[in-house]
Amino acid sequence: MNLTLKIWRQNGPDDKGHMETYPVSDVNPEMSFLEMIDVLNEKLIAEGKEPVAFDHDCREGICGMCSMFINGEAHGPGKRITTCQLHMRSFNDGETVIIEPWRAAAFPVIKDLVVDRGAFDRIQQAGGYVSVNTSGNTIDANAIPVPKRDADRAFDAATCIGCGACVASCKNSSAMLFVSAKVSQFALLPQGKVEAKDRVRKMVKQMDLEGFGNCTNTGACEAECPVGISLENIARMNREYMGASLSSPD
Amino acid sequence: MTQSTPYFCAANIQYCLPTKKLNIIMATKSAILGSSLAKKYWMALTGLFLSVFLVVHLAGNLVLLMGEAGRDNFNAYAEFMTTFPVIKITSYLLYASILFHAIDGFLLTIQNRKARPVKYHYEKPSANSGWASRNMAFLGTIVLLFIVGHMATFWWRMKFGELPMANGYKDLYTVVETYFTTASTAWLHVLIYVVAMIAIGFHLWHGFQSAFQSLGVNHPKYTPVIKKVGQIFAVAIPALFAIIPVYMFLFF
Repeated sequence: MNLTLKIWRQNGPDDKGHMETYPVSDVNPEMSFLEMIDVLNEKLIAEGKEPVAFDHDCREGICGMCSMFINGEAHGPGKRITTCQLHMRSFNDGETVIIEPWRAAAFPVIKDLVVDRGAFDRIQQAGGYVSVNTSGNTIDANAIPVPKRDADRAFDAATCIGCGACVASCKNSSAMLFVSAKVSQFALLPQGKVEAKDRVRKMVKQMDLEGFGNCTNTGACEAECPVGISLENIARMNREYMGASLSSPD
Repeated sequence: MTQSTPYFCAANIQYCLPTKKLNIIMATKSAILGSSLAKKYWMALTGLFLSVFLVVHLAGNLVLLMGEAGRDNFNAYAEFMTTFPVIKITSYLLYASILFHAIDGFLLTIQNRKARPVKYHYEKPSANSGWASRNMAFLGTIVLLFIVGHMATFWWRMKFGELPMANGYKDLYTVVETYFTTASTAWLHVLIYVVAMIAIGFHLWHGFQSAFQSLGVNHPKYTPVIKKVGQIFAVAIPALFAIIPVYMFLFF
């Protein structure tokens, strides 16, 4: 199949950037989207041109690196997939495919389709952990009873791969789905409850400092999330934060 | 990486400068209204309070459908609403809520716009969200403009204007009747009213259930019920409001 690609080219963080058109021919419908970009890049390199910079790592749908906004949707058409799990059979011969990086003030573009998602790391570092007991008498985690339902919901929240599709899809570039998943995975478990109040306040504070927008409950994040993180997590974060703020001494 | 250096972009300062500048603005705003979440709580609480007010307001308005027979009842209702102490106190809360809901919404919208300085070349938002949910600021602006006009037309005249008297009451009934039936631009008044009710309907379609989510209420058992109630509310309340001027225009 033959396609026309319109790709965002930006030479560096300070470059204004623009859309550029590239025809690609003989695309195999069984290729993944990233393999199709590989083919384009090989052609560009052979022609002595600058290849398109894009992020990728595992290519099996779990690393969340592939920050591509394809034909108006995070990770392109199709639900519950990352870009490497998107195959060219999802497109039609002769189609024009528009490829852009995530767009958010908090995710500055480094080059072409590569964005800096350091904001997520900093939110995580602000409180997304359980302080380890290093006194030498750490209790076996299995010795603490956890209801099955809580364990399941904590695990569902923990499946977040931090890809940023929620921010990219949200009309407000809000990071609430990500932050709420990270808050929930701990808040639901006894080990995480100890620091739950402090954690939610610190993580929300960092989220606001990073310049993400506010949630307006459109649900776009949940619909585009490759691992199906639920809006229930955002409600849980809202509850946790309200309780923590009302009861905090400061 | 330690917590004391949250900006490890210090090494690559060139990507981070625009974000840092933005952060200062956002942090200043946060100091007034608390965090992004606190703003959402206020939005939800004032929104739900305004929804309750709509029901009370509608109950009084429906008396208008009785026509001439309801004149005294309607005027008595209007007097009660403007003079009864408990209602008066509540009304100040109401004015504050309208203002706060609008200002908070305005601040949130500005922040949200700033959070995406470079727009997408092509977006397909219909693939993941409803129209009303994406246009709350636009719908809210229409509603606010309507409220200003509506209060100037009726509320201001009832409270501060010179009104004719009928059976010992200020005759607000006649004001309403003239506005929607005999005035030369009555058809325009009715049209504006209906358009505003449609805007309120869409605003509530998303806003009602969204308020519960913002306040942390999301439960597999109750959320579907809240969503259904919200949708019925969003259609029924504005429709009943809109029927009144349309009916008066056609049949009075």
